[in-house]
Amino acid sequence: MSQRIHVRELADSFRGRASEALADDQLRTNFRVAMDSLMKKRADAFPDEGEREGLREQGNHIKARALSRLPDLLEQLEEKLTDNGIKVHWAETTEEANRIVHAIIEARQGSQVVKGKSMVSEEMEMNHYLAGRGIECLESDMGEYIVQLDGEKPSHIIMPAIHKNRRQVSKLFHDKLGVEETDDVNELIQVGRRTLRTKFMEADVGVSGVNFAIAETGTLLLVENEGNGRMSTTAPPVHIAVTGIEKVVENLRDVVPLLSLLTRSALGQPITTYVNMISGPRKADELDGPEEVHLVLLDNGRTGAFADAQMRQTLNCIRCGACMNHCPVYTRVGGHTYGEVYPGPIGKIVTPHMVGLEKVPDHPSASSLCGACGEVCPVKIPIPELLQRLRQENVKSPAEQPKVKGGGARYSRRERAIWRFWATLNTSPMFYRLFLWGATRFGRLAPKKAGPWTDNHAAPVPARKSLHDLARTHLEKGESQP
Amino acid sequence: MSARSNILGRLRASLADTRPRPDDFDETLVTGPWQYPPQERIKRLRSLMEAVQTELHLVTSESWPAKVEALLEARGLANLLYAPGTDHGRQLAAHWQAGGAKPELLAYNRPVEAWKEDLFWKVEASLTGTVGGIAATGSLVLWPDRHEPRLMSLLPPLHIALLKASEVEDNLYTIMQRQGWSAAMPTNLLLVSGPSKTADIEQVLAYGAHGPKELVVLILEDA
Repeated sequence: MSQRIHVRELADSFRGRASEALADDQLRTNFRVAMDSLMKKRADAFPDEGEREGLREQGNHIKARALSRLPDLLEQLEEKLTDNGIKVHWAETTEEANRIVHAIIEARQGSQVVKGKSMVSEEMEMNHYLAGRGIECLESDMGEYIVQLDGEKPSHIIMPAIHKNRRQVSKLFHDKLGVEETDDVNELIQVGRRTLRTKFMEADVGVSGVNFAIAETGTLLLVENEGNGRMSTTAPPVHIAVTGIEKVVENLRDVVPLLSLLTRSALGQPITTYVNMISGPRKADELDGPEEVHLVLLDNGRTGAFADAQMRQTLNCIRCGACMNHCPVYTRVGGHTYGEVYPGPIGKIVTPHMVGLEKVPDHPSASSLCGACGEVCPVKIPIPELLQRLRQENVKSPAEQPKVKGGGARYSRRERAIWRFWATLNTSPMFYRLFLWGATRFGRLAPKKAGPWTDNHAAPVPARKSLHDLARTHLEKGESQP
Repeated sequence: MSARSNILGRLRASLADTRPRPDDFDETLVTGPWQYPPQERIKRLRSLMEAVQTELHLVTSESWPAKVEALLEARGLANLLYAPGTDHGRQLAAHWQAGGAKPELLAYNRPVEAWKEDLFWKVEASLTGTVGGIAATGSLVLWPDRHEPRLMSLLPPLHIALLKASEVEDNLYTIMQRQGWSAAMPTNLLLVSGPSKTADIEQVLAYGAHGPKELVVLILEDA
C-alpha cells in the first residue's frame, strides 16, 4: 500500500523516530524506570477506589459544566480579572499570542524573561520567537532548564527531562556551565538554583502558565513544587500568564476536587509544595509582587475541537500526564518520538486540532487501544474512543468531509476498494464459497512476502480444509452415530 | 473583527441549541473522607509535613520568640527577615530587644526594589504568620499583605511559619468556606506544604530547589 514505505526512508517521521528510540537502551531504561515509579505513586495516592471514582466523576462534571458555559465564563473571567487589575488579551493563533507577549515586554523595554513551566508557551515556541527579537527567555523549572540548556524539547509534560539520567545532566552542566561533574543529584540541583536565582532577580518579565483560571473570583491558580513558578510570578516587575481558553472553571470551590485529582494523578502527591493563587498585581501599599499582571488567552485550534461535541472532551484535560505514564507505547518510544509539544495519549488527541491531522497522521494508530489512558484520566476523557474517531477521520474521502482539521490525509482509493471488496466477499455467501474453494486449493501459491508483516512474522498460509469443511465433516460424523 | 469576538463567536455558534450542564457539585466528596477529630488534626498535619522534610515544634504564645532565636542559633544564621507591622512581628522585636538576641533582625519595611539584592542573597531566614492549616494535605495557608509581603516565604533559605493550633481545619474545602475566600481574594493567596523541592532529575527528590531549603512550623497551642 502507498503508506508502506520502508522505515529507514522515514527518519523524520513518527515511525522513524520510534525505531530509533526503541534501539536506544538508555532511553528505554530511563522511561521504564520513571513510568513504573509514577504509576506506583499514583496507585498509592488513591488507596480507596470508591473515593477515586467519585472524584473522577466529579472532575468530569466540573469540566463539562465549565465547557457548556465556556463563552460566558470567559467573559466573566475577563470582567473579574479586569476589576482586579489584571489585563486580559485574546489570541487566535500562536503568532498573535507571541506578538502580544512581545509588545508587553517591549513596552517595558525588557530584555530578560524568566519562565515558569508552561505548556502553552511551548505551543507558541515563545523562547524562539523572543530570542529572534533579542530577548532572552530562560526556562526556570529544573527539568525545563536542563532541556533548554541542551537545545531540546520536553519529553514529558510534567517531567520534561525524564529522558535524561544524572550522568547526562552532570555532563551537560559541566559542558555548558563549566562546573565540576558530579553524580550527586542534590549538587546538580544546587547548581541550577544558584544559576537561576540571579536570573530571577534580574528578569524584567516573568512568564507562567495557568492550571485553573477561576471565573468567580478572577484568580489564576498555579501548582508547583520548586518555587520557580512563585519566583517568576512574584519577583519580576511584570508577570504574563499564558493559557488555553479551556482552563477556566466556574467557581473557586470547583478547584478543590480538580486540584486533588491533578496532584495525585500526576505525581502521587496529596498536594504540591505550592498552590499559588494570583488575583491581582501589587497594590499601591504593598511592598512586592509584579506591578503589572497580564493574561493571554490562546485559542490555537481549541475552538475547532470545541465545535465537535465528541472531540470537545479533549478540552477537559488538566495536563496531569497520567495517560502517558500509563501508556505502553509512550513508555517504550518516549516523548520525543511524537515530534510535537504534547506527547502520549493526550497529545494524540489534542495535537490534530492545533497542527492538523495531516501533520500527525501516524499518531492515532500508535496505540494498542489497551484503554489504560482512559481508565486513569482524572477527568474521564474517553481517549481510546477519541483515537478511534481520529482513525476514521484520517481515512475519510473528500466527499465524506472530514470534520477534524487536516482529516482525510490517509484516504486511499486503493485501500477503500480493497475493504469494499473484502466486505462484499464476507457478506455474499456465493462469493464467499467461491473464495474458500480457491483459497483451500491454491492458497499455497500465496506470496511469501506481505509487506512489513513478513518482516517479523511468517506469511499466513491458508489451511487445506476450511472451517466450513471441518464443521461439515464433524456434523456428518455426529449424525452417523446412533 | 477582534480575536476576542472571533473566539467567543465560534464558541457560541458551537453551543447553539444546547443548555448549560447543571451544577451538581457534591461537597461530601471532598469533605467526607477528610474529616478528623480535633486532636487528630495536628497529628495528621505533622505526619504529612514531616514526610516532606518539614520541622514542626509545639510552642506557647509566650515561648515562641525564644524558639525562633534558638533555631537560628543552632544553625548559626546571621539574620532574620520579619514583618514589623504584624502582631507577631512586634512580639518578636520586643523579645530581641529585651534579650539582646544576636542574629540581626531585618524589617521588611520598604519596597522590594529598594533592596532586591539583599533580599535575594543576604537574608538567611524569615518569620511569617499563617491564616490557618489544612490537616488533610499537611498545608499552611499564607495570606501575604502589605505588612507581610509575598517574597518573605519564598526567598530566604529558612522559612519559619507560625501556625495557631486552633486554626487548623480538616480540609481545603472547609477552610475556604469558613474563611469566606471567594468573597475577598487577596492579591496572592498561598498554600505551602513543605520546603521547595524537585524530582526532575531521575525522579530523585531534592529539597531546596528555588524556594526555602528548610521549612519550620511553630504550632502555637492556643486552644
